[in-house]
This record gives sequence, C-alpha cells and structure tokens, in this order.
Amino acid sequence: MRRLPAALKLGVALALIAGTALAPPGWTGWFAGVAAVLALAILSSRIPLLFLLKQLLLLSPFVLGVALVNALQPAGRAQWMIVAARSALCLLTVVLVSNTTPLSDILRVLRRARVPALLITTIALMHRYLFVLAEEAERMRRARLSRTFHRGRRLRWQTLATVVGQLFVRASERAERIYDAMCARGWQ
Amino acid sequence: MHIPDGFIDGKTALAAAALSAAGVSVALRQVQRELPPRKTPLLGLTAAFLFAAQMVNFPVAGGTSGHLVGGALAAALLGPSAAVVVVTTVLIVQCFLFADGGVMALGANIFNMAIVNSIGGYAIYRGVCRVLPGIRGQVAAMAFAGWCATVLASISCAGQLALSGTVPWSAAFPAMAGTHMLIGVGEGLISALVFLAILRTRPDMIAGTAEPGQPRRRGELLRYGLLVTLGVAVFVAPFACPWPDGLERVAARLGFEHRTAPSLFPAPAPDYRTPGIHWAVGATAIAGAAGSLIVFALALLLGRLLVPKRAAAISGDLKGL
Repeated sequence: MRRLPAALKLGVALALIAGTALAPPGWTGWFAGVAAVLALAILSSRIPLLFLLKQLLLLSPFVLGVALVNALQPAGRAQWMIVAARSALCLLTVVLVSNTTPLSDILRVLRRARVPALLITTIALMHRYLFVLAEEAERMRRARLSRTFHRGRRLRWQTLATVVGQLFVRASERAERIYDAMCARGWQ
Repeated sequence: MHIPDGFIDGKTALAAAALSAAGVSVALRQVQRELPPRKTPLLGLTAAFLFAAQMVNFPVAGGTSGHLVGGALAAALLGPSAAVVVVTTVLIVQCFLFADGGVMALGANIFNMAIVNSIGGYAIYRGVCRVLPGIRGQVAAMAFAGWCATVLASISCAGQLALSGTVPWSAAFPAMAGTHMLIGVGEGLISALVFLAILRTRPDMIAGTAEPGQPRRRGELLRYGLLVTLGVAVFVAPFACPWPDGLERVAARLGFEHRTAPSLFPAPAPDYRTPGIHWAVGATAIAGAAGSLIVFALALLLGRLLVPKRAAAISGDLKGL
C-alpha cells in the first residue's frame, strides 16, 4: 500500500469520498463496497488497527455532537446512523492515505494539478517549521519552568501569552533568514 | 468546527467550494502583490503557529471543549489576505493529513474559517480600532474581533448544515451559535493576550496598520465583502424567520391586509422566490444571491455617478469604506 503511486491513492480516495458523501441513503451496497475496499487497504498497509480506531475516535467529537443533536430530533434515529457511517468511512479513507503517503509526494501531485505555487510553498514550509516551532516552544517552556514561581492563574496566563507572542516574534525574525537560505539554494 | 464528510450534501459543498475558490484566489493574488518576497516564509510560520494553537483545547461550560481558529489574530498581524491564505493552508493540511474536516467539506470549511472568520474578524478589528484609540483600543478590538469571528463562522457553518438537511436550522443555529459564543470568549481572550504581547515587544510586526483608504486596500475589502455577503445570502438568508414582519402582523390584526393590490410592476422573483425553482430553500438562496449582486452593482454605479472622477482622485486618502 505504501508503494502505490501517490496520484493513484489520492485519486481513488477522492472518488471513494465523493461517492460516499453524495450517495443517497438507500445505497447500502455502495457503503458495503467501500468498507470492503478499505478493509483490504488496511490489511495491505499493515497499520495497527488500534491506531486507526484511536484516530477515528479522536476526530469524532464533532460527528458525535451533530449526531446527538440529530438523534434528539423526532425522525432522527436512522438518519444519524447514516451520517455517522458516512463520516466514519470518509475519515478512515483519509487516515489511511495520509499515513501511507509522504507529504512531498502529495505536494508533487498538487503541483501537477496546478494548485497555486504560493499555497504549496506555504504548506511545505508549515510542515517543515512545525517541528522547528515545537523545539523552540519546548526550550522556552523549560526555561519558564526553571525560572518562574507559579503565582496564581492570572500570571500564568499572562506569561503563557508572552511566551507565545515571543515565539511568534522569534519565528518571524527567523523567517527572513529562512528566505535568504532558500534563495541561496536556488529557490525562485 | 471542522465539518466532516457526509455532513453536507453535494450542492452546498459545491456552492461553498465556488465561493472559497474565488476568495482564496483573490487572497493569493493580493498577497503576491503586497507581501515583500522576504516575508514569504512568514506565511508558513504563521500557519504552523495557528496549527499548533488549534491543538490546544480549552474547556467551555457544559462538558464541551473549544479550540482556537485564529483567523482574526492572523488578520490583525498579517493583513486580511495573508490571513486567508494562512488559515486555508492550515485547513488543507488538517484535512489531508489529519482527516480533521472532510475532503468534500473543504470548501465549506475554508469559507467558514478562512474567509468569514478572518475577513469578518479583520473588518470588526479595524472598525473598533477606529472608535477606540490607543493600545487599549487595539487590544479591546482584537478581543471583540476574535469573539465575533468565531460566532460569525459558526453561523455560516450552521447555515450550511441546515441547507444540506443534516440538521434543521431551528436546532443547528442555537446549538452552533450558542456553543461558539462561549468558545469565542476563549478565542477573543487568547487572541488579545497574544496580540498584546507582540504589540509590546515588536509593534512594527503588526502589518494590519496600512490605511484602508488606499485604493488597493479598498478593492480588496470590496471583493471580500461581496463574497461574504453572497455567502450569507446563500447559507443563512433562506432560514430567516418566516413569521410575518411587523407591518404584516399589524395588517393581519387590524384587518386591512386584504387591501394589498397587485404590484404595478411584475416582479421577477416575488416574495424572494426565484420562479422555476420548486425547492423553497434553494429558490430563496438563489434570489438572495442574485439580489445581493444586483444591489452591489447598483451601488457601484451610484458611486461612479455621484463622484466625478477628479474628485475621487483628490479625496482618495479619505476613509473609503
């Protein structure tokens, strides 16, 4: 599964999601078919089932919330099951694709699909600098913990906000150096 | 409020995707025109920032938790177009890599959280800044804009859910707007605190200080305003309360409602229903969108007619909108 070309995976995933999201509620055959394809994909990708289930549950609060509101409506029971089934199937598809395809491949597909270059660059940079930001935030957190006495909730919120603000300032100062580095390596 | 797949149907997803595509392309063009190339990585960094911020859930009353969107904060820091691009990036990554928000619903999510949230927040931020001077005013503006942005986005979301028939409007609107009024308090608070921290150390970083009177800025705001208006017309207006308005009620009570004569001029879409479309909500949505566009065009025409060209050029630095 990991070795399939990214364009194929994305294309099939898109088709599955479009079909599942738009299929009229009576087409239980379609839902069953999609479930079968997904089961096959899960087996061939060798992702642990527990991990997938955890991901599903993590992303479900909105689903559960709307489903609950619906279930409390008089005619809602059958409808919320369908809605829940649809979202679960689509969720599973995306989780599978994202866990078996590296971001650079996905971006390459997007670029070939003529998504504007600025958007693609921003996505790539965002992904790259998530880790950088995490490191910096961890360093600042440790510094704060070793220097601050906790003097009540209000001060803690204020220091947190200052830390976050400083993080942004530092990050944007770094942005200029990043730009120079990119240009020095031939980016246009 | 990332809408998952299966919650909105084809037509709503398509309409929202069309509006979002228009908005994002306007934003991209604007950013390419305005942003100095040195600042390109800043977009990616801010996106990483917002992404990280969105992972922090804070409790709101009643066992729910809310999380930041950050569109208003990004707009105040980077300007409205850059904020749209940044939040769109975050949403795309969340959708494809983390399945947070459906692929079909991406258009709707971008419209709610990148366009309505950022642009609405920005507009309110600038508006309140004009009324309240100084740093206190700016921070207050940021807090209020953060709250409003969240609530506005949730209303747009509720409209989309109701238009798709997933949840009826009577349940969706109070649930969404209600919870997000609480979540908005958190967003407003956090936005204001972070904004204040940045304002204190590096006030020059706040890009949103360009005067909106400049013709370029004005055109940008115009286009966004039009998009948001269309969005409201399509997603929210169909669910306006169908009860008779004040005059109709009085007429019914006092018994002179039968005096209504047919209008002298045959209207193309009587009572806000487009003829030929038999589905009530859609008819209203299309009539609303068409009406907004017509009114907008007329307003533009009026401005052109009333203000001779030379006078417009001279007073170009006055408050445009």
